[in-house]
Amino acid sequence: MNSSSNLINALFIFVLAGFIGFEVIRRVSPLLHTPLMSLTNALDAIAVVGAILLVGEHKSTLSAVFGFIAVVAATSNIVGGFLITDRMLKMFKSSRPAAKSVSQ
Amino acid sequence: MTTDLAGGQVIIELLYLIASVLFILSLKWMSSPTTARHGIWAGEIGMLLAICGTLLHHGIVDYRLIFIALVLGSIIGVPLGEVAMTAVPQRTALSHAFGALCVTLVGSAEFYLRAPDISRFMMAVLSLEVILGGLTVTGSLMAAGKLQEILPQRPLTYKGQNFVNFVLLAGALAIAVSLVLHPEARSLFPFMILIALTFGVLLIIPIGGADMPTVISLLNGYAGLSAAAMGFVLDSKLLIIAGALDGSSGLILSIIMSKAMNRSFANVLFGAFGQVQAAAAAGEEARPVRSATPEEAAAILSAANRVIVVPGYGMAVAQAQHKVRELYDALSKRGVDVRFAIHPVAGRMPGHMNVLLAEADIPYDRLIEMEEINGDFPQTDVALVIGANDVTNPAARSDASSPIYGMPILDVDKAHTVMVIKRSLNPGFAGIDNPLYYLDNTLMLFGDAKAFVGSIVRELTGGQG
Repeated sequence: MNSSSNLINALFIFVLAGFIGFEVIRRVSPLLHTPLMSLTNALDAIAVVGAILLVGEHKSTLSAVFGFIAVVAATSNIVGGFLITDRMLKMFKSSRPAAKSVSQ
Repeated sequence: MTTDLAGGQVIIELLYLIASVLFILSLKWMSSPTTARHGIWAGEIGMLLAICGTLLHHGIVDYRLIFIALVLGSIIGVPLGEVAMTAVPQRTALSHAFGALCVTLVGSAEFYLRAPDISRFMMAVLSLEVILGGLTVTGSLMAAGKLQEILPQRPLTYKGQNFVNFVLLAGALAIAVSLVLHPEARSLFPFMILIALTFGVLLIIPIGGADMPTVISLLNGYAGLSAAAMGFVLDSKLLIIAGALDGSSGLILSIIMSKAMNRSFANVLFGAFGQVQAAAAAGEEARPVRSATPEEAAAILSAANRVIVVPGYGMAVAQAQHKVRELYDALSKRGVDVRFAIHPVAGRMPGHMNVLLAEADIPYDRLIEMEEINGDFPQTDVALVIGANDVTNPAARSDASSPIYGMPILDVDKAHTVMVIKRSLNPGFAGIDNPLYYLDNTLMLFGDAKAFVGSIVRELTGGQG
């Protein structure tokens, strides 16, 4: 077992990802803070991968049942989160009609 | 686990890597409304790759149940993606609860699969995961209930509240410590979860509706942190990254929100805003105010060059957004420069007011943040306040005895004329009297926001024939 080096690797990733998150999110326009939250919510539902393995590997009845509920909960966040973020962003329009063609 | 990976495993890890990059790009593209929709596509593709990669795992023996769960989740997710824009805050709170539920369940399942063969560090992280997850589940449900007005929005307080909360948290941590030292004591685990769930309820009960933007952001941060902890437990780099991104987003938004209310986290969570109200609302009530009719308001507005509209949540409650949009159109057509001043806590969650106005088709480049627009009020002919109260209260600048003293506000009182649409002189959400209404340059427009703005619009367009 090499769990202590795994742990250090994981800590490195956590800290670096935290920094990236901080820098990236600081630049998000306050205009879009609501869609930002629903988007991060959908992305956070990536926890579904852990739940899928629990259901699929079926190591015990308890783990499969918990995993099943977890997959349902996370999937509803993925689907609902992306849907509502898209709906919100579609509503943001500029008053300059030319803006659409100008923005690459 | 760090030794040579099998070929299939390499492909899975590479898919996870691509997904991580796409997630970061997704958030990066949220920096501007022009690129934001690319962000959704990046997020969706990343998610799809990650799920497909996971399904490649050779350990999976049962695909049927996975697909049933995925389909069921999608069926629940679609209506949650189609709620009204005014209901987005409670939807968001609910999805924090779902996310945390997933994390808590996976953490609990992992505990029962592994214990007592679990390292001390792993047990500590797993405890953190399920305690944070558990309190986020019930805390978010409480927040959603308050926002949906199923539960009373008023803060519910009782004596010794903070003491009870502290004891509960200490109890959960004590169980966590004993599980770290003796992971074979599996029967203790459910109690830890139970305490975390109870703690979540009690933590949110004393928090009033006005503090919900901070609370939602904070719960967002907790949900992210618990997901990152789950990444440590499962040794999943992708999950650690997604959790860290979500956690930092929640943290940044919480900081912005608490700054906008001039409160510390501790004060929001343990302060119970409600208690100051009784004293503050007991001020004298007989000062003269000037009021105006829709005709007079329309005349003043059409004579103005620059108008700043200050919308508050009361506007959304009155469903007046679309009438406000008509007002914007009518005034713009007459050459009046109309902009909207957005206070960070104008809605029920960060950025909520922008979404409500964008839904009413008001162009986003007319929505200006508080810090950017505050310097413009002295050169503004009319500041029109619709359904906002505390965020315009000059007492926050001048009256050290006011409960909102120090809170950053929109300096509407510096405009040449201030018009406030309000049903009556009753104090607002937080129960604090607003001296703005008694100023010489303030005109009160008494009535329902939607009806009043409608009458102004009729005056303006009727005059043009």
